[in-house]
Amino acid sequence: MAAPDTAVDLSQAMRLEPVLLGDWLVVAPLLLTILGGALCLITRKNTQAQPKIAIIILTLLVLSCAGLLARVLDQGVVTMVAGAWLPPFGIAFTADALGATLALTSSLVALAVAVYGAVDIDRSGRRYGFYPFLLLLMTGVCGAFLTGDIFNLYVWFEVLLISSFGLLVLGNERAQLDGAVKYAILNIIATTLFLIATGLLYGIVGTLNMADIAIKAREIGMEGPLVTVAVLYFLAFAMKAAAFPVNFWLPASYHTPRIVVSAVFAGLLTKVGVYALLRIFVLLMPDARAALADLIALVAILTMLIGVFGALAQTDIRRMLGYLVISGIGSMLAGLAIGTTPALAGAIFYAVHSILVMTALYMAAGVMRALGGSYSLRELGGLYGANPTFAAVFLMLGFAVAGLPPFSGFWPKVLLVDAALVGGHGWIAASILITGLLTTIAIGRVWVFAFWRGGAEGTPDGYEKALAVPDPRVSGAGIWLPLGLLLGLIVLLGVQPEFMMQVAGRGAASLGEPLGYLRSVFGDAIQ
Amino acid sequence: MEATVSVLIGLFFAVAIYLLMSRQLVRILLGIAILGNAVNLLIFTSGRLLREVPPIIPEALQVPGETIANPLPQALILTAIVISFSFLAFLLVLAFRAYQELGTDDTNEMRVAEPTGDVRPPQGY
Repeated sequence: MAAPDTAVDLSQAMRLEPVLLGDWLVVAPLLLTILGGALCLITRKNTQAQPKIAIIILTLLVLSCAGLLARVLDQGVVTMVAGAWLPPFGIAFTADALGATLALTSSLVALAVAVYGAVDIDRSGRRYGFYPFLLLLMTGVCGAFLTGDIFNLYVWFEVLLISSFGLLVLGNERAQLDGAVKYAILNIIATTLFLIATGLLYGIVGTLNMADIAIKAREIGMEGPLVTVAVLYFLAFAMKAAAFPVNFWLPASYHTPRIVVSAVFAGLLTKVGVYALLRIFVLLMPDARAALADLIALVAILTMLIGVFGALAQTDIRRMLGYLVISGIGSMLAGLAIGTTPALAGAIFYAVHSILVMTALYMAAGVMRALGGSYSLRELGGLYGANPTFAAVFLMLGFAVAGLPPFSGFWPKVLLVDAALVGGHGWIAASILITGLLTTIAIGRVWVFAFWRGGAEGTPDGYEKALAVPDPRVSGAGIWLPLGLLLGLIVLLGVQPEFMMQVAGRGAASLGEPLGYLRSVFGDAIQ
Repeated sequence: MEATVSVLIGLFFAVAIYLLMSRQLVRILLGIAILGNAVNLLIFTSGRLLREVPPIIPEALQVPGETIANPLPQALILTAIVISFSFLAFLLVLAFRAYQELGTDDTNEMRVAEPTGDVRPPQGY
């Protein structure tokens, strides 16, 4: 059969110009982590080499994410499409300031976790795949932050979810299996809800490209089934982000795995849910955000307060930190509820802060366990005497999570409270401040019981019980380097917030006024 | 055709949610399996249901000559089927291991991670 005469103008369907070298940075995080994950899988039994491979790959990941952020700040939103097909037909990867910032922060945290894991995860844990799962988890996380296609977002959520299952059951203990059942079932239901909403959305707007949805949903307005879709998305991502009243999977599971796994979960997973909420409710469906603003505000306030009250009532430090993760989610949702550009910038800044500080706090909990032999506030004590430097580190991290200056938690709270007062949301501002106070008390309790008290509960005043010889690994660089890296970043963001403020402002602006985002995907013809 | 299938999807969702509310782990897993299928059918239907019309554009035309079913949702379902299948496989193993270790499949009694009657937090310094 002779080929029909088809003089097709390919420029109608494809981007013919070669991809700029710098634009490859958009997909570099995915390539690196998938290849690294495969490499770690191949060398699964070589438990000595695995940490080295993972640390090298994650260092490259940090560099590529930093390069991507620099490029986005320099030249605006960067888009790359699969197969060079023009959007909305080619699957787009679109990195804006928000996605690139969160990807960079996550990769820094993952690097810290990989270093810490080299000490904390024993040989059997490595053989069961700690490093491959960690790298593939990062594939999912970076993919979710950088994709420009909503079905693709679903796929990345599943990638990170299946990797997190592997990490969660590492060790195969009874409590882990119990926690994993609850975590797995509730998270699968949440992603299924996400898929339902995406199916319905496709039925309404006929496209999956985020920029295209943003245009079409603005034309349709908030009518008919789009309301249903918006509510479904809110439920799905609120479950992912562990917002009240769908937060119960988090305190049930986050204290069960290895402490370094808890650290990476607390840093990354819930924030991906918050990111998706920001992306969908501000970029894609701003009308839906406006319509649901009161509901989001209520959920935000309840999440903040329930989280911090839960934290006050815990005996186990890890469970207390889990509740503080939830409480932080409330603050980010508050930014979404207010919805102005400064408020969104506050939410983005808070997300960065929360990723760093929650990971660092879980790592610190691991050190407390190594020093004091327990996670229970009843049994811990005398840690100040054992290691005064670490006592100071923990106190600094505690101040950061409570939002006291001069640490990273202070500035996002300033932005959020200011935006709440300007927007006339007094209740939100009051809740943020009360949550900050209660968080200080919760952290203060830990510090007083675990560090200041001479020994376990019942130790008389002024008497210092000699601690058992601490785990020798605690004094090693494998613990202090990652903890120091995160603490350094937290202090840096606290004393030099201008850069982060600017980046968060850029991210918020590109969500609220997406012209740059749309032009990056569809070319300059978009008005 | 779409209306009939929509009712079927509604039934699927109802059954799935009923099963998910159960306390027995096995029933919850069945609920998740049915929920996954309900979603697949939902996406399938949202792309139009037509039999025996190939989604091929004739040579002389720019758009299909007659109404065709949208092939994209079908591709999405393929992805979703693979994912939900693998998740279900993982969940089955997880549930079995949990049953082995915990000796129960009643979620009310699965309290190892969050024991009832746990020690209360310290009341005073």
